Amino acid sequence: MNSKINSGSVYVPSDEVVAREIEGELIIVPLTSGVGNMEDELYTLNETGKDIWSRLDGKRNLRSILDQLKTEYDMDSQTIEEDAKGLLEELLIRKMIVEKRSK
Amino acid sequence: MAQLDMELTERCNNNCIHCYINLPENDRHALDNELSTDDIKDILKQAEKLGCLAVRFTGGEPLVKKDFKDIYLFARQLGLKVVLFTNASLIDDEMIRLFSHIPPLKEIEITVYGMTQSSYEAVSGVKGSFKKAFEGIRRLNAAKIPFIVKGALLSSGAHEQKAFETFADHIPWMKGKPDNIVLLDLSGRRDLKKNDKIRKLRISPDEHVRRLMNNGKKLIEEGRRFQKTFRVAPDNGDRLFTCGAGKNLCVDAYGNLQACLLLRHPDTVYDLKKGTLKDAFQNFFPELLSKKAENPEFIKRCGKCELRGFCEQCPAKSWMEHGTLDTPVEYYCRMAHAEAEMTGLDKDEIG
Repeated sequence: MNSKINSGSVYVPSDEVVAREIEGELIIVPLTSGVGNMEDELYTLNETGKDIWSRLDGKRNLRSILDQLKTEYDMDSQTIEEDAKGLLEELLIRKMIVEKRSK
Repeated sequence: MAQLDMELTERCNNNCIHCYINLPENDRHALDNELSTDDIKDILKQAEKLGCLAVRFTGGEPLVKKDFKDIYLFARQLGLKVVLFTNASLIDDEMIRLFSHIPPLKEIEITVYGMTQSSYEAVSGVKGSFKKAFEGIRRLNAAKIPFIVKGALLSSGAHEQKAFETFADHIPWMKGKPDNIVLLDLSGRRDLKKNDKIRKLRISPDEHVRRLMNNGKKLIEEGRRFQKTFRVAPDNGDRLFTCGAGKNLCVDAYGNLQACLLLRHPDTVYDLKKGTLKDAFQNFFPELLSKKAENPEFIKRCGKCELRGFCEQCPAKSWMEHGTLDTPVEYYCRMAHAEAEMTGLDKDEIG
């Protein structure tokens, strides 16, 4: 997979979205134009997605997050890595997360 | 709660002859009593905490509210989608910049009163309003900000229906034919003088049917299917609220929470200045909506009527017409029966 996602990078939620938890689901609402592929659609994360989102705190790089997920989830490592990277890639394409640049 | 309606003001820069809620733009009493921007923000925050997904800003004309931009931004930053009901005449370059950068995420809904200056201003009552409204529409279109139009073509513009539909057809965000205001509601504040004027503008059941017939066989067939879906067995008896009241609660310009946009009977509203949206949602409205009708005439007629599911009769309209919640409204009754007769539903067996 030719992924744009780099395990050494730190990803954070974009300032251009608002994340809201409604009835257990995490809904990502675009704030500015050009975020998301459909302005009238809200993007919803499931339990696992919500868990990954909550770890995008700007302190940990993806590798560190993946290591934590692998110890906490009863799944094989490759599936966890592929699923997490797939989700982050989609969020990155939708401009819902950004790569944090070191200063 | 999927959506909260907020009437930001009852004031308007138009003076539409048919409108049930349009105080003058500079009405002192309204200005002195409207919710402050902080009050509105507090209510929006409460709505967001209750899981509300969208807020509909209406009025009056919501864009005459001094802090509209601030309120709009606040709602969007809470993660709420915004539906805006407007006449478009105040959509200036600043509004375009705002909506271009922070999109409402829902189409802006614009009411159009006519396709020419004379027909438009015969309804809006304000010279120059036609030009301003269409300039606002042009700006939105040029900036590709999604909007749709609805018609309020009264007798002065009835002959422009086709031109309006052609105009609407060129708006990329329209999904089908535009809605039209047909059955005019009376003043929400029971302004009896205004009500007399609105009554005179209403079309007769015969005229209503004649206009529907003009829509062609296909739409009449669709109407018949709609009627069949909403036809109800005559066993509702004394149920008062068989409408959508309570689904989208509405905050009026002064902080009273209503079961819908129209129902302003003082016994049916909740004062948000003294309580919370959560309390109203969880306690006040469930109790209100379980109220029974008491008027024997209503129970005998509306309670047993099979057309009740698509008749416009509801507690709000009973209040606007008669000052009670459960009095049959002849106008809507005649309209519903005329429509059913037109589609042939009247003769059908229920089932």
